[in-house]
Amino acid sequence: MNRRTIVHSVGLLILATLPVVAEAMGEPFLTTIASRVLIYAIAAVSLDLILGFGAMVSFGHSAFFGIGAYVVGILTHHAFNSEAIAFLPGDWTGSTAAVIQWPLAILTAGLFALVIGALSLRTQGVYFIMITLAFAQMLYYLMISLPTYGGEDGLNLWERSNLPPFDLYDDREFYYLVLALLLAFLGLTRRIVSSRFGMVLKGCKQNEPRMKALGFPTYRYKLTAFVIAGMGAGLAGALAANHTEFVGPGMMHWTRSGEIMVMVILGGMGTLIGPVLGAATLLLMEEVLSNFTEHWMVILGPFLVLVVLYLRGGIYGWLTGRRNGDD
Amino acid sequence: MTLVLFLEQTLNGLQQGVMLFLLAAGLTLVFGIMHLINLAHGSLYMVGAYVTASVTLASGNFAIGVLAGMAAAGATGVVIELLALRRLYARDHLDQVLATFGVILTVNELTKIIWGPQALFLSTPTWLSGTIEIIPGAPYPAYRLFIIAVGLLVGIVLRHLIVNTRLGMLIRAGATHREMVGAMGVDIDRLFTVVFGIGAMLAGLAGAMAGPMLAIEVGMGEKILILTFVVIIIGGIGSVRGALVGALLVGVVDTYGRAFLPMIMRTFFEPSTADSVGASLSSMSIYVLMAVVLIWRPRGLFQAYGG
Repeated sequence: MNRRTIVHSVGLLILATLPVVAEAMGEPFLTTIASRVLIYAIAAVSLDLILGFGAMVSFGHSAFFGIGAYVVGILTHHAFNSEAIAFLPGDWTGSTAAVIQWPLAILTAGLFALVIGALSLRTQGVYFIMITLAFAQMLYYLMISLPTYGGEDGLNLWERSNLPPFDLYDDREFYYLVLALLLAFLGLTRRIVSSRFGMVLKGCKQNEPRMKALGFPTYRYKLTAFVIAGMGAGLAGALAANHTEFVGPGMMHWTRSGEIMVMVILGGMGTLIGPVLGAATLLLMEEVLSNFTEHWMVILGPFLVLVVLYLRGGIYGWLTGRRNGDD
Repeated sequence: MTLVLFLEQTLNGLQQGVMLFLLAAGLTLVFGIMHLINLAHGSLYMVGAYVTASVTLASGNFAIGVLAGMAAAGATGVVIELLALRRLYARDHLDQVLATFGVILTVNELTKIIWGPQALFLSTPTWLSGTIEIIPGAPYPAYRLFIIAVGLLVGIVLRHLIVNTRLGMLIRAGATHREMVGAMGVDIDRLFTVVFGIGAMLAGLAGAMAGPMLAIEVGMGEKILILTFVVIIIGGIGSVRGALVGALLVGVVDTYGRAFLPMIMRTFFEPSTADSVGASLSSMSIYVLMAVVLIWRPRGLFQAYGG
């Protein structure tokens, strides 16, 4: 057994047994925290698909996360008030069914990713970072300006999504559902990056002019990856809305994009498990350190700097003895 | 909309633009020459503001406060560069993002420990608290004019420094031919530390100037950081001229948006809706500006030296 198999097996074992162990320890709230970690892990993995494999440094990933959350929030809001949705034709009053909400959240996020990606991918490097940020900030301010949907205060979700036979109010069931979705998403991204499509993407990361010269329409490949990543973030947003029973413009703020990016880099970009570890490390450190001292950021800050200086390849690279990218 | 109001808002826009230029000049130098993405630039601005406020309150002299603020920001910048950032020049931009994000958290929290969670307020120095009537019939705050003057002065000095001095020559050469400059016997490491220190001092100056106009609080750096990035992206990374043009453009667009969009919206909506829609649209306006510029010119308005 190599180190990677060990890391994966141990990780899976912890995730699979966590709610049971948490309850046995008499700390059931751990399950709620773990659900939050898994939700952010989905967002981080989706960002890593373009960041780690395609070298597209999107600083606006929280936009898609927020869109996913708002789709759930808005549909629930209308369903609760039995009000027709004004900006859609017909008089649909929304829905609380997860089978409608979640796919719609994913598709809407994908649609926005298509438009934003199509424009942003005209630029490269640092300019790409900033233009994706610009679009995310535009959406952030747009949501602030919509008093119907809570404006700056956001929307409280009156109900979680309905997904018979599951009970999303049950912390344990919700946790396992999120875990299943994360694993499914990891499986999907794994297929993507090892496919021919993924090879082209990695080729673009290393040398895009060469890929173009070989005849690959790299713009279309990158855009497709960008849309898939946006959809993943949309799913994470839909789950986050259910988890906190709240959606707000803060979900789209640039600091949230920064946080998701930090998870990816911290865990080890260009790997699929890295972002999951990064999400877990960042959120758990916040949780633990804030219990420990009010000034927990003076510990977290230098920790991040030290990770960059000494753990090349992030936490996953350190655990498995691998560098970035050779997953 | 009267002409006086329009002129007044133009001056406000220029003043905001000049503030942004002080920040953007340092950021674009570090970015364009050392290829380092420094998210912690806003933290240096915050350090400048806090130290200026403390020293001014203690000494009763704003000028001493400003000098102290610049010195503190410069020193903080040099310490950060020596301890962490100098080992990241050759690394991926993302490593730099993560490390400087860590620096932001650290500096913010240290600031909170030293100065406490409450915001500080600094009043305008008495000799600048009056108004000057440069537009007939519209007295304009002297302090804002002072900022415009300081910013333009810095612009001129910086241009002279880069175009006419040996240091400037090395900076320009270092941007494109780093190894060659090193091979000719220049201590590149020290050059970079100096450039970083200059950038940090400019950020500190911006923070010092902002002190009397804003609440001095933890997190003020991040608010302005993004705006500063927008400026250097619009201007073209590494170009000081681009930073100036970008800063004035962003300052004016942002100020016009804030002043006039709610007014324009009132012709379409009822007042309360108009105000909130107008405010959001104006917040959006600079991002729209940046997106349009980048779609039109994917590398910003001005090319950097050889970049």
